[in-house]
Amino acid sequence: MASDTIALGIADQDARPIGEKLHDWVVTVDHKKLGILYILYSLLFLVIGGVEATIMRIQLIVPHNHFVSPQVFNRMFTMHGTTMIFFVAMPILFGFGTYLIPLMIGTRDMAFPRLNAFSFWMTAFGGLLLYFSFIGGNGLYGAGNAPDVGWFAYAPLTSRAFSPGHSTDFWTLALLISGIGSIGTAVNFITTILCMRCPGMTLGKMPLLAWLNLVMGGLVILAVSPLTAAQIMLSIDRFLGGHFFDTQAGGAAVLWMHFFWIFGHPEVYVLIIPCFAFASEIIPVFSRKPIFGYPVMVGATVAIGFISMSVWAHHMFTVGMSSYGNAFFTATTMVIAVPTGIKIFNWIGTMWGGKIQFRAPMLFCIGFLFQFLIAGLTGIMLGASPFNWQLGNSYFVVAHFHYVIVGGILFTIFGAFYYWFPKMSGRMYNEALAKWHFWLFLIGFHLTFDFMHIPGMLGMPRRIYTYEPGRGWDIWNLIVTIGVFFQIAGVLVFVVNLLWSLLKGEPAGNDPWDAWTLEWSTTSPPPDYNFATIPVVESRRPLWDIKHPEDPDWKYE
Amino acid sequence: MKSNEQTRSLGRKIAGIAVLLAGGLLAATLCFGAPASSAQAPSIFKPQSTPADSIFRLSLLVLTITGLIFIIVFSLLVYSVVKFRKRGGDDGREPPQVYGSNQVELAWTVIPVLVVLVLFFATARVIHSIQDAPKPPGTIEVIAIGHQFWWEFRYPTLGVVTANELHVPVSDPSHPSPTFLTLLSADTDHSFWVPRLAGKTDLIPNRENHTWIDPHETGLYLGQCAQYCGTQHAKMLLRVYVDSREQFDRWVQDEKKPAVVEEQVGEGRRIFETTACLNCHAVSGTVADGHFGPDLTHLMSRATIASGAAANTPEELKMWIQNPDSIKPGSLMPAMQLNEKDLDALTAYLVTLR
Repeated sequence: MASDTIALGIADQDARPIGEKLHDWVVTVDHKKLGILYILYSLLFLVIGGVEATIMRIQLIVPHNHFVSPQVFNRMFTMHGTTMIFFVAMPILFGFGTYLIPLMIGTRDMAFPRLNAFSFWMTAFGGLLLYFSFIGGNGLYGAGNAPDVGWFAYAPLTSRAFSPGHSTDFWTLALLISGIGSIGTAVNFITTILCMRCPGMTLGKMPLLAWLNLVMGGLVILAVSPLTAAQIMLSIDRFLGGHFFDTQAGGAAVLWMHFFWIFGHPEVYVLIIPCFAFASEIIPVFSRKPIFGYPVMVGATVAIGFISMSVWAHHMFTVGMSSYGNAFFTATTMVIAVPTGIKIFNWIGTMWGGKIQFRAPMLFCIGFLFQFLIAGLTGIMLGASPFNWQLGNSYFVVAHFHYVIVGGILFTIFGAFYYWFPKMSGRMYNEALAKWHFWLFLIGFHLTFDFMHIPGMLGMPRRIYTYEPGRGWDIWNLIVTIGVFFQIAGVLVFVVNLLWSLLKGEPAGNDPWDAWTLEWSTTSPPPDYNFATIPVVESRRPLWDIKHPEDPDWKYE
Repeated sequence: MKSNEQTRSLGRKIAGIAVLLAGGLLAATLCFGAPASSAQAPSIFKPQSTPADSIFRLSLLVLTITGLIFIIVFSLLVYSVVKFRKRGGDDGREPPQVYGSNQVELAWTVIPVLVVLVLFFATARVIHSIQDAPKPPGTIEVIAIGHQFWWEFRYPTLGVVTANELHVPVSDPSHPSPTFLTLLSADTDHSFWVPRLAGKTDLIPNRENHTWIDPHETGLYLGQCAQYCGTQHAKMLLRVYVDSREQFDRWVQDEKKPAVVEEQVGEGRRIFETTACLNCHAVSGTVADGHFGPDLTHLMSRATIASGAAANTPEELKMWIQNPDSIKPGSLMPAMQLNEKDLDALTAYLVTLR
């Protein structure tokens, strides 16, 4: 099977003029090209969002700093949050899913290739619309440019009275449009995974990556729909005289919070579950063992998916819910630690007794395990609602969710990037540069986000453009900002590595990691049709069965 | 080749140590860094009131349990990464393929469930003790109203209105005199947070929230708005003065008096009452009864202006009237466009409002 692929006149494609090749990328419905488009688009926004974060950290390096005005600072944290969640984390994970799912389940494309292209372009134009607010947000009112309402845009700050001009409308429409793209992608993932698996691949024999993306797709549909509804309601308030969230006319500010967080909390799992999927593919290969407790891993993921729909109001412990409400959401929030803990133990179980190879993808996954452990534990602290009354909306919360999103999600994304780069480009990355990237980013990450917990416990709220000296916050803010520059250095090494490897990297071959899932059975990069003949599988590790005919997996599953 | 392997294994050791250090660093800072910090810090670990104290004691339990979990799982991780690394001189064969173990899975499901149960019951007790606390006789009632970007405090039973600096009596545990606050908002969402006295509670328009404090020691407690409320969210600072009972009663008596009018500042008063000042500010006993900005009847009884953004001195006051943006860019008070003479006269009037 590994040698079954045949070249069908691909060689002469490179001779075409550059315009034609670019045109090819714009009109493509090929899941591999769309996946790469998603990833490149997200990396561009990652840099933009990073610049916004750097501006904020320079402003906060000392108390009473005058690097930017409060207006600019408020726009920066709004744009940073919105960009990183909606135009970096989600699309890059959709990109990996779009690229990998058909290859890993042994099919030739997504179930709906044109919906796939439509979804990508909706997301892409959503991002452009958001950033057009820097030019167009003034409207005719001369009131601000980019939105400054915070990424969760609490009512009534978004009402016409407090947010004149069109900046908030750009935010609303950008999320509405990219949300439609997200739902399209989710429908496509679910249909592809349920309907297009190759012969022999029962649900119990799917790679974990497919299982976890299936759960993620379900969560996207359940979570993004209420967000879309809320954006439409907000637009009705702003343009048609509605009063859903307009408190001056009797609307309910808390209603918006419920709508936003019933999206916002499952969203965290929409982002982290595909990252669990990367870890569940990478850790076994570099430990040279199958994943420990596959059925339990699937069960834990499904459990996380269900429980995550019932925890949203733990973002609202300070809005004055009854003691019963607070107790209920404390319980659900803590219960989610159980399946999450099971996953961490299973990854340790996978490494246990293995022969761990410290290549870049594995290093990033080990970093993820350490950091996600800490993020989970600070999550339990925040889940205990009275403790949350102190820690909520402080820098402790900012440190906590960056521990999840950077320490957990971004680390595994970098790991996944190095792991599948040889497959996507056909060339190996530079291992030495990748390790520099890892260590610089690790040091920067810990300088920034470890020390960020402390000012929160000392009473520093989030979203303040400046702070008073003498409250014990100064030294911690200085260290936090220094860490940012290590992270920037790490990302620069990453970009250099990416460009260098694309041009000069060694040819990777089909299967550089001696891995076990179907994507490694075809060429690197895979041909347009992925597989010349559709593979037939008998176990969760079809390539292991081929490489070890004396000891195949299907005997034990 | 050999030296290459040595460098690699050395590299791995360094890697292991670095990861250990990184984790240890966080644990250490969480444990020691926070409490050891500046004496003025509004730290959640230096509680001076029952709600903050109950939360502090709960947090010690939560930190102990999560700390133990951290040490156990962290050690397991480090052990497996170090012990099961691929070593030099490896025979190149695949390790034994293990697919899982139901007993082990059951163990690491049941133990976390038990831990969660303990945490939940401990937390539920504290939720109930804070949120459902009865009001003893002798409770002080305060209505706190959040504005962009300042605090209005009304004492309905005492007939006092003030801004930004809350005065409450110290509460002696044998004769408790806690302060119960009703939290309202005039515009956007805000959050009342004085870390050493209580956790935060939001002030939301069209909604009535409640919180309470019973400070055990006199003194000044710092806090600030903890829910993003607009441009100057950062300078919506909050000061709570905990007075002895006598001090508090004297403060109430002083605050209840109407403004004292002094003849020599009549010009400043005329300017105040004939320009836009009185649209937003009230001075009791005069025609000024605006409610958009802070009540100025006893302005000089407060240590700060602009919601804690500047000291309440004649110089700062003058700068504030002349150009509020120089102290608090984006505040809703407009620059008054007065000439130097009028500015001085107005400032002279305001500093008589004791």
